[in-house]
Amino acid sequence: MPKAVPFIGPAAVDVAFEVNGDGVTVHVPPHRTLLDTLRETLGLTGAKRVCDEGTCGACTVLLDGDPVYSCMTLAVACAGQAVETVEGLSSEQGLHPVQEAFIEHDAFQCGFCTPGQIMSCVGLLKRNSSPTAEDVLRAVSGNLCRCGAYPNIVAAALSAAKKTRR
Amino acid sequence: MSIKVVRTKSEFEGKITEATALVDGKDVAAWGTDSGLATVGKRQTRVDGIARVTGQARYTQDLYLPGMLHVRVLRSPYPRARVRRIETSRALAHPGVRGVLHRFNAPKAAFRGEETIFREEVRFAGDEVAAIAADSDEIAAEAIRLIDVEYELLPFVADLEEAMRDGATRLDDKGNVSESGKLDRGDTKRAFGEAKIVVEATYRTSTQLHNSLETHGAVARWDGDELTVWESTQHVFGVRAGLQAALKIPYSDIRVLCDYMGGGFGSKGGAGKYTIMAAIFARQLGKPVRCFLTRDEENLAAGNRSATYQTVKIAARGKKISAIEHLSWSNAGQGRWVADPTGPTNELYDIPNVRTRSYKVTTSLGALASFRAPGYVEGTFALDQAIDELADRMGEDPLALRRRHAARQSDPVTGLRYSLKRLLACYDIGEKEIGWQHRTSEGTRGSAPHRRRGYGMASQIWGGSGWPPAYATVHLNPDGTAVLRCGTQDIGTGTRTVLAQIAAEELGIDVGAIRVELGDTNSQYAPISAGSLTVSSVGPAVRLAAKDARMQLLDAASGLLEVGTSELRVEHGAIVSKGRRTPLGEVLKQVDNYTVIGKGSRFPNPEGLSLKTFGAHFAQVEVDVRTGEVFVDHVVAVHDIGRVINPLTATSQVEGGVIQGLGFVLSEERVVDRPTGRVVNGNLEGYKIPTIRDVPRITVRFIDDPDTKASNIGAKGLGEPPIIPLPAAIANAVANAIGVRVRTAPITRQRVLDALSLQ
Repeated sequence: MPKAVPFIGPAAVDVAFEVNGDGVTVHVPPHRTLLDTLRETLGLTGAKRVCDEGTCGACTVLLDGDPVYSCMTLAVACAGQAVETVEGLSSEQGLHPVQEAFIEHDAFQCGFCTPGQIMSCVGLLKRNSSPTAEDVLRAVSGNLCRCGAYPNIVAAALSAAKKTRR
Repeated sequence: MSIKVVRTKSEFEGKITEATALVDGKDVAAWGTDSGLATVGKRQTRVDGIARVTGQARYTQDLYLPGMLHVRVLRSPYPRARVRRIETSRALAHPGVRGVLHRFNAPKAAFRGEETIFREEVRFAGDEVAAIAADSDEIAAEAIRLIDVEYELLPFVADLEEAMRDGATRLDDKGNVSESGKLDRGDTKRAFGEAKIVVEATYRTSTQLHNSLETHGAVARWDGDELTVWESTQHVFGVRAGLQAALKIPYSDIRVLCDYMGGGFGSKGGAGKYTIMAAIFARQLGKPVRCFLTRDEENLAAGNRSATYQTVKIAARGKKISAIEHLSWSNAGQGRWVADPTGPTNELYDIPNVRTRSYKVTTSLGALASFRAPGYVEGTFALDQAIDELADRMGEDPLALRRRHAARQSDPVTGLRYSLKRLLACYDIGEKEIGWQHRTSEGTRGSAPHRRRGYGMASQIWGGSGWPPAYATVHLNPDGTAVLRCGTQDIGTGTRTVLAQIAAEELGIDVGAIRVELGDTNSQYAPISAGSLTVSSVGPAVRLAAKDARMQLLDAASGLLEVGTSELRVEHGAIVSKGRRTPLGEVLKQVDNYTVIGKGSRFPNPEGLSLKTFGAHFAQVEVDVRTGEVFVDHVVAVHDIGRVINPLTATSQVEGGVIQGLGFVLSEERVVDRPTGRVVNGNLEGYKIPTIRDVPRITVRFIDDPDTKASNIGAKGLGEPPIIPLPAAIANAVANAIGVRVRTAPITRQRVLDALSLQ
């Protein structure tokens, strides 16, 4: 087995950013990912760790409105930006239209990829309020689902877009 | 109620066993077609939908207990070696490391027939050598690289066909190959001699990796002598039994929990080595401990669908299939059992002369684990292609040929009558929906000059009847709400929702008034969520528990309302008596906080009947003859599973099965480097599961005819059926399109081009 030298780097630093509308400051080493920071430091476990190398999309969150793989994003790189996670979508008024549509169209089975799928769809609707099916396919083609809920994910995204426009 | 002993036959993944179980009370007749059901059979969105779309659903991976330690496992880089020495001083000196386990210091812990979880002789690249517990996952990951191991390398064999050969490296004293299944019916020797047409072919299927999105893992915590384990599992009671065997502690000291879990597909059937490591570390170090596999480890050491090498010889006499011989070898890796790909050949078609043999082949790779219809996917890939090859030689339409062998209403293996078989109806629907009349024996021109279009189909048989033991309780609260408690799991199939529907139907309250609590060994027993048996085993028990609660409620209401029980019924959460509705909460308010507790058991299956599920898939594909790429345009999936309790979730499950089948037949293939015996694509980059771009139009149809002889709910299982026929249907459609057959799954572009070049 190759022998690796354990990581010795600059000390942890304070990083301030916004998570679901609230300002937070975390004390993290520079190599800590946004995913680990959300899950382990901030207790937001909606984003899931599946591949931990940017191939599956289960950790997708929005960074200043755009979907990113949080396992491929360093927490220190988020300084001053706004992070949105699945936990921040619903409000006292109820679920986000994409969340509602996911339930109505049964767009998940085990639900493990669902937070990532939903954030990719929310990101799409922020950019494009009238997406075509092709737009949806493009938006979630980086989100793997092993249960095969794909057809319902497309239906849910299109239906949420329609409801949001109304 | 009174306890009764029952004996019951059960079929699990093609194997029939007899068991003894206890049942409580009396069964009820099945709901018929005209029962006027309010909830069962209706489209119902998931009762746990909000939890799953808001991130509130707590999976085992999401559990972070205060003070929890993290485990990482050092795995052998060699396919076979003796672990001679392990030096851990550098690792233990690493700040934040709390403990290490390996074969020289770990306590004995029985695991699947072995005495320890760390072998002296590691038997595949990925076998457990040592484990580190540390303050963080990061530290543990750093520390396992500081362990020095001295290995003595031993000869190995990783390839299935190489391991089958005479003179191959022997991995087992008894040899690498052992017989795991056989059947002889009629006289195949004579039948082949008399046959006019005989077709012989060899089929191969690759190793498929489950890749459940939540990897295998557990969190363990001791409170004094009591051990609590949270595990991503399809069987909390199986995990409990595994812990008891490994740690030698009583059931009363073990509680296993699984609330939400991120997929299993057969691979999460009981305690894993990671479970036992977490429990041992937690006890030794006095802190909660979490052990989760990484994606790479998941793809080395958490199971797989065996690769197979299969030969089929099939003969026709007149217009019918007269004989079939199907021999199959499965790469079990280090597994101690193997699935049987010849199952469908034994059971599916009415063929008078059958000879099948199934062999387990041991290799220097990770053990197989059940994977959604183990054996039947691989076997149907060979069987239903062989039928098409024979039909082609006979100049027959392959669907017409199958019809002649699919009408029989009794099980060819046991001779028992089927409780219900609607396979021909599946054919009729599929034929119409796919547009089978457009199929020609030569294939047709596709949507571009370089594209050829073809049609194919295949049939499905599977068990899915369910059986005892399975139990449930229904607690009806004084406010008219209820809690359904059952030891089963919802692995993503929609179990919670379907059980809530059954309970709501029988209780007479709304689905929204029921909370379903699953995945807890402090409930009564429920079986593994596998084998398409969850709803069919647990559902009937839930119905009886709800009925028991309703009868007690009516007795109570009769006393409180001073009306005879026979004049009362429960409807939409209210007691109805002579047109007057009193909400349950109001009736029960009169007494001080009484909870009605209803109990239910799963009763045995009927004697003398064979309970099976049937189905057929039809596919329309196009093949680009320049690139070899297969484009699936349309799949029609028709299933005969008895009553459909929730058309919404059932349709999702079929779509999911079809999509997983597409992965199996078009893109998924574990690749092992032969010189080193290592898996080279144990990740989601190199191992290609379907993406949303790979999904064709899918039409799902159910016969939806309640099997009233099967159980009091009339429903059979649906988990496995929708993956079984899909690969063969696609392979047949590809062969129809291009006029040459690819007999190896997955049907990659390279394999299509190779086949075309041999034409």
